[in-house]
Amino acid sequence: MDSARTSGARSHRGEQTDAPDHEMWGSGLGGRTVDHRGRELALMAVAAGLGVLWIWSKGPRRRVSPKRRPDMPTLAAGRGLHVERTMTVRRSADDVYQAWRDLERLPRLLPEHLVSVTALGPGQSRWVMTGPGGVTMIWEAELTADEPGRLLAWRSDPGADLDVAGSVRFTPAPGERGTEIKVILTYAPPGRKVGAAVAALLGQGGDRLVREALRRFKQVMETGEISVAARSREARQEGYGTDPDLARSA
Amino acid sequence: MRAVCWHAPHDIRVESVPEPEILNPRDAIIRVTSTAICGSDLHLFNGVIPTMEAGDILGHEFMGEVVEVGSGVTSLPRGSRVVVPFAIACGTCLPCSQGLTSLCDNSNPNAEMAEGVYGFSGGGLFGYSHLYGGYAGGQAEFVRVPFADVGPIAVPETLTNEQVLFLSDIFPTGYMAAAHCGIQPGDVVAVWGCGPVGQFAIQSAYLLGAERVIAIDRWQARLRLAETAGKAETLNYEVVEDVVEELKQRTGGRGPDACIDAVGTEAHGRSLDARYDRVKLAVRLGTDRAHALRQAIQACRKGGTVSIPGVYGGFLDKVPFGAAFAKGLTFRMGQTHVHAYLRPLLDRIVRGDIDPGFVVSHRMPLSRAPEAYRMFNDKRDDCTKVVLDPAA
Repeated sequence: MDSARTSGARSHRGEQTDAPDHEMWGSGLGGRTVDHRGRELALMAVAAGLGVLWIWSKGPRRRVSPKRRPDMPTLAAGRGLHVERTMTVRRSADDVYQAWRDLERLPRLLPEHLVSVTALGPGQSRWVMTGPGGVTMIWEAELTADEPGRLLAWRSDPGADLDVAGSVRFTPAPGERGTEIKVILTYAPPGRKVGAAVAALLGQGGDRLVREALRRFKQVMETGEISVAARSREARQEGYGTDPDLARSA
Repeated sequence: MRAVCWHAPHDIRVESVPEPEILNPRDAIIRVTSTAICGSDLHLFNGVIPTMEAGDILGHEFMGEVVEVGSGVTSLPRGSRVVVPFAIACGTCLPCSQGLTSLCDNSNPNAEMAEGVYGFSGGGLFGYSHLYGGYAGGQAEFVRVPFADVGPIAVPETLTNEQVLFLSDIFPTGYMAAAHCGIQPGDVVAVWGCGPVGQFAIQSAYLLGAERVIAIDRWQARLRLAETAGKAETLNYEVVEDVVEELKQRTGGRGPDACIDAVGTEAHGRSLDARYDRVKLAVRLGTDRAHALRQAIQACRKGGTVSIPGVYGGFLDKVPFGAAFAKGLTFRMGQTHVHAYLRPLLDRIVRGDIDPGFVVSHRMPLSRAPEAYRMFNDKRDDCTKVVLDPAA
């Protein structure tokens, strides 16, 4: 299944920058005009990739292959699509690093897609996501780098529904502005049916989901809650939640 | 409960909707005792602000009584009488920590949408389109107020509703516009637009030490109010042929030291550029009508400041940027950082420096909101400000 390779160089930035003035508002609405199922699939795929970010490790730090930089994830033969996003959070690098590693809270950031995350052992975890039409993706992932307060990197295990490598780096922002979080993801679906559907649509929403998850993470870390405009519990999307533990330490 | 709902441009209805609930720990529910229609609500009424959806509850100027608070709100007892800032702010992000609360990083759930349009997202606003978060507004019997531990300010019982209600928006907005001018002794300040924000900008300019204020509008009632309540000199642009030249003549050839555009995106004008703007809007080319801003730039003295409290939403066309550059102008603008002004302006009201109630022209029950919007939009019956009573 080669479509992922050929589309791998696709830009992930500034989807709206070339839009003519009179189309500005429409394109600002993001995916509303995009085929719904297609966007869902794309989002799910990237959610899968993003999910691997939160890797749990109780064991000793694993050695990284010396030929690779752990913060510059790549897949075999340079395959895959690439997402790179950064966000500043007004908390210390240690706080942010600790929160990032806490798998139990991850589904709150991606309530539409992430069903569960289970720690299996040192550096190993299992992820379950769901998408439109009851499509379920399950995969296991392995931590490949863990530098407390500085860096996490990971890689999906062979046989995963999505082949993913990624890293997140934490850098103190200047002038006590908090911590800059930089996420780098490279991902490519294998040649199975669901993978093909995902690959064909990946260009549409991937980067967006990373941004949304980062934004919710920032909200929880800075305010203790996730902003919601709804007026009632009924209107509020299932799964959005507050985080009392983080709120207390905020 | 009853609420004022937007359905389409020029289609505002009072409807029965479910009451709001506490959803986050830092929320409060306010029983609204007084709410007002803002000039910027007219941009919604006229359909020039995008991303409104049928059924959206309007209103961002309101006050009331705290009836319920979330577990994270410890500083705001039930029963408190409060005024709520129209901008929603978390109080802890970088912009909030700098006092720039309308630029809050965390209060707009639709930040993604705003980033698509503007590159960055400001904070959420009550009742002001989904681009600004999609929060329900306060032209209703009850409203959910997020981050209630940093937003609402308790007001003393000795002051009437109309004395404190406008702390929610237009008084701080007019005041920030004047503060942005960096007024020095001897300064002449020109104010385009004598609507409520313009009226507060006029009085605030004097509070901040302006020597003279020149108020520009075409509505006699508003010019009279600027003259009587605001002690401003007035200029009717339907009588005076060339506003820029007239301002020059009235300022010894220097031009006003600071110019405030309290009109914003729906400027009305008589000149060629104003007609050009109207044609473009009619064919949906999607640019703002910036007639007042163009005049302000042209009239401002060399090295002066153009301060823009008027709301803009898209692109500007035919802006004399060469003049702005040649004269070394300073531009200040943006949504009002209401939180930063609440306490000092409440103190000014308590001291009697200003009585914001002067701006009210009409008092109506909430049920007559559709009629009130039409009247305010058409400037009928000398309408400058409508206060709605949800209990009536």
